[in-house]
Amino acid sequence: MNNNLKKINIYAIYLGAIILILPLIAFFINAFSFRWFYPQVIPKELSLQAWVRLKLIPKPGQRTFEGFIELWASNPAVIKALLNSLSIGFLVTIVSIIIALPASRVLGLLNFRFKKLIIFIMVSPTILPPIAFVLGLNINFISWGFSGNYFGVCLVHLVPIMPYVVLTMTGIFANYNPDFEHQARTLGANKTRTFLLITLPAIAPGMVVAALFAFLVSWSQYLLTFLIGAGKVMTLPLLVFSTASSGNPALTAAISIIFIFPAILILFFTSKFVSGESGATSGFGKI
Amino acid sequence: MGGERLKIILSLTPPLLIIFTLFFGGIFYGFLQSLGYQPAIGKYEINFSAYYNVMFSERYAKLFWTGLGLNLWVSFASTFLAAVFALFGALAIRKTFFAKTICNFIYSLNLPMPHLVVAVGIIFVFSQSGLLARLASQIGLIGSPGDFPVLVKDKYGLGIILAYIWKEAAFFFIILMSVLQSLGENFEELAQSLGANRWQRFRYVILPLVMPNLFSASIIVFAFSFGAYEVPALLGVIYPQMLPVMAFEFFLNPDLNARSEGMALSIIIAIIVMILVVFYFWLTQAKIRKD
Repeated sequence: MNNNLKKINIYAIYLGAIILILPLIAFFINAFSFRWFYPQVIPKELSLQAWVRLKLIPKPGQRTFEGFIELWASNPAVIKALLNSLSIGFLVTIVSIIIALPASRVLGLLNFRFKKLIIFIMVSPTILPPIAFVLGLNINFISWGFSGNYFGVCLVHLVPIMPYVVLTMTGIFANYNPDFEHQARTLGANKTRTFLLITLPAIAPGMVVAALFAFLVSWSQYLLTFLIGAGKVMTLPLLVFSTASSGNPALTAAISIIFIFPAILILFFTSKFVSGESGATSGFGKI
Repeated sequence: MGGERLKIILSLTPPLLIIFTLFFGGIFYGFLQSLGYQPAIGKYEINFSAYYNVMFSERYAKLFWTGLGLNLWVSFASTFLAAVFALFGALAIRKTFFAKTICNFIYSLNLPMPHLVVAVGIIFVFSQSGLLARLASQIGLIGSPGDFPVLVKDKYGLGIILAYIWKEAAFFFIILMSVLQSLGENFEELAQSLGANRWQRFRYVILPLVMPNLFSASIIVFAFSFGAYEVPALLGVIYPQMLPVMAFEFFLNPDLNARSEGMALSIIIAIIVMILVVFYFWLTQAKIRKD
């Protein structure tokens, strides 16, 4: 079969690629330009104005190592939101992996009654929209004292994350052979050593992918953080949303670039794991 | 074995506990509130008046039904168009050509992008002073920004549809690429040797083979776009308004009575999505039985 494409098809692919990348180009132009007025396509002057206003880069003349340290130590809003997003993401990822590990092992390796029902219950948060549960949960969280604090936000992030982690890791355990563990145990290794030396290396690659997805889902969460955080827990998506609504394109673009950086990084590292068969891929549809 | 059973129960309890207390608990409590049960403001009676108000009262009926219409239009249009674009992209891109790897990466680039950022990107590109309007004015197609069509914050939801196409086409693309890869080209070669032309190979060979995956991905995308908040909140208008935005605004309303209406709306959204998913399972099961 002819494996070469007609010229016109190739041009169509290139055109599609250019169209797809247009928003990204617009982000960079907006973030590094000053007074980019209509109808200029290329801005007349490049500028770091947006980054200076966000207090991420010091004013001209103070751009020394000490200048940067001093500025960042003054805890500007973006750095604060970035640290919140990062720490919530890490914490929630680790907790979800620890919780999902025994459950997905059981689901992947054993057969028992109600297994299908349990899997169905586990994945139900991926089907129903978050707005269906978060409005009611918000009232409960207020009465439990979880509203408006860091702990409550972490807890609510577990809801959209749990299904993906359990699903992805169940897939790993379904292809895992536990006989090696029996051999290690017969040879005298204790439970911890068996887990660290036999189980962990076997499931590590899949676990890393599950973790990256979990992090990304937490990282891009807007509605849940906004409602449960009650404006007291500021994360990057909240900052992007409020800046975008207030309508300053340069500031919005600059924060957005920080916001999408880990996403692109994760795609780069996981692209060979990402395929239609992986349960985690369906998670991408919801980010 | 008793030991094994205990192990299963102990292992499954923590994630199920989270799903039950937070997810189903949230839905249940939301449902109670939608029935008017609000102990916080001293209301204990149970009735369906919030549902009636949202759907049929003079005040909200128009907003609700136009919102539902917009919801259906946006979800159907964006799911269908994203799937079509991704299908043609995937069919073309699996062949060899110059810069294939880069194109592949760009086509999957929107996959990990948060919806929020995609929405902002759509504003930057498609608004009346956006990148496209500037390009159009450079080549003399338009004069002032007002000459460029309103594609963002428009009453037909075009900006919202564009954002979902941008984002979900990448999702469809990844799924289709892996299906096509696992199929190989044997079927097509066979069809070609039997004299099938390009269109016949597409219609009778490729399409039936990718349809199951395409269809289940469509359900995920449709359900998501039907209930998501960020994109319509940034790219929508006040009237007509998509249902999730409407529910959220009701909920944030300082009037605590509006809260029941917000909850009722969110339950209605959930029910519609649920009906859709059940319908999908019924459809696929019926097909399996037929085959």
